[in-house]
Amino acid sequence: MNLVIREALLAFKRAPLLSALSVTTIAFSLFVLGLFGLVVVNLQDALRGVEERVEIVAYLLPGTPIETTAQALKDVEAFPEVQTATYVSEDEALARARAEMVEFRDVLRELERNPLPASIEIKLKPGFRDAEHVSTVAERLRGFGFVDDVRFGRDWVEKLDRLRQLAAAVGIVVGAAFAVVAIIIIGTTIRMAVLQRSREIAIMRLVGATDGFIRRPFLLQGAIKGLLGGLVAIGLSFAAYALINRYLLQSAFFTREQAAAIVAFGALIGLLGSATSVGRHLKRV
Amino acid sequence: MIKFTNVFKAFPKGGLALKDVSFHIAKGEFAFLTGHSGAGKSTVLKLIYADERPTSGDVRVSGHSVNEMRPRDVPLLRRRLGIVFQDFRLLEERTAEENVAFALEVTGARPSTIAARVMRVLTQVGLAAKAQAYPRELSGGEQQRVAIARALVNEPTVLLADEPTGNLDERATRGVFQLLRDINASGTAVVMATHDLDLVRQAPYRVIELQEGALVYDSAVDEPRDQAAAP
Repeated sequence: MNLVIREALLAFKRAPLLSALSVTTIAFSLFVLGLFGLVVVNLQDALRGVEERVEIVAYLLPGTPIETTAQALKDVEAFPEVQTATYVSEDEALARARAEMVEFRDVLRELERNPLPASIEIKLKPGFRDAEHVSTVAERLRGFGFVDDVRFGRDWVEKLDRLRQLAAAVGIVVGAAFAVVAIIIIGTTIRMAVLQRSREIAIMRLVGATDGFIRRPFLLQGAIKGLLGGLVAIGLSFAAYALINRYLLQSAFFTREQAAAIVAFGALIGLLGSATSVGRHLKRV
Repeated sequence: MIKFTNVFKAFPKGGLALKDVSFHIAKGEFAFLTGHSGAGKSTVLKLIYADERPTSGDVRVSGHSVNEMRPRDVPLLRRRLGIVFQDFRLLEERTAEENVAFALEVTGARPSTIAARVMRVLTQVGLAAKAQAYPRELSGGEQQRVAIARALVNEPTVLLADEPTGNLDERATRGVFQLLRDINASGTAVVMATHDLDLVRQAPYRVIELQEGALVYDSAVDEPRDQAAAP
């Protein structure tokens, strides 16, 4: 077996308690980070759900010929921001109003003439569902001669924008704080493991081990601890998610890629933590 | 082989650990380094295995200057030296065999050759039967033999021993000392720091004596003297 792998694994065998402690510490640090990640993921999901309702409606002047409308629909669909554009005829608008506005059913039934205009309903692609893009598209629609009015609930879209920015800012700041705390805790844990073996490191040096030779098993060990900690953290997060789902509210879990990223982050901190601890230790003695 | 030329070594907090020390130990020689504790014996050894660097003066080991040695070359120097300490410095969680093998593994020796080489040196120090024992299961003398086997396994040209019998009873001391003499007889230079003057008197070897960091007597240069009068 490769010497580096053997030495790294032996270290687990020789200090099972400390190793388990390191893995547990890493797991819980990443678990806290993971829980926060879950909050962010679900918040994003919720925001995305709200975003999907961002819609621009262009009301058409009465008597617009159907050929003009068909052409306009094609043009609008060709806008880079537009996901779908749907034509709603006057009759359809009335039918929808009858179905949706139950309290006005009688009024609507007794109408002699349909007062509702035909319209084009436009949904934007993800990433364009903010106030700026919505206004741009609305402005462009106003340029069509047969468009009477354009509506998109400006206040609402702007509020959504603010909410999105706030969520991003909180996510970054709090997430970074959690990540830093996790890095510090994991780094300290790994430093303990290195210090515990300082006598061994000194002996290795006496018999002519190069720094690289001494360092490599520690790096591997740190990465393995981080990896295991990450896996346990994902397990804990999943348990928490399952409990929340069952007793509190429907929520989403990490995608496979996000879960892998958390585990990889654990392994990376383990690796870097070991690299700095061993490096500092080797420099000192 | 080992050459000190006007070596001074300052303590980090001031004061001198070594004052103008010069000597030359030839290939295959056996030399005692004597003197009271704190006289500078360990510092001399540390300078040889490049754990310390001289403040001024020149230290050469097999032609390489310790002063100018790059940090990455230090491990290579140590592989050509065998080092033995009073407190043995064995890895507690490894068997005698593993402790010795470890010194070979760090050099990148071919794994297929390691077991045979380890057994050979363990046999040489008389511990072949206890290859599987852990240090805590061995007596002090036996632990020192493991340490000597570890020092020998890379076939060093010089064996450095810092008070190797300091923790041993009289019988173990005699055994370890005889082992060092045998090793020297087979061609390896031995530099042994000790304050055990009985040992020094037993053998006709060179004596280099330090006092408060200064070399006060070197039997290779100075007039022979009545060793009974030596401190």
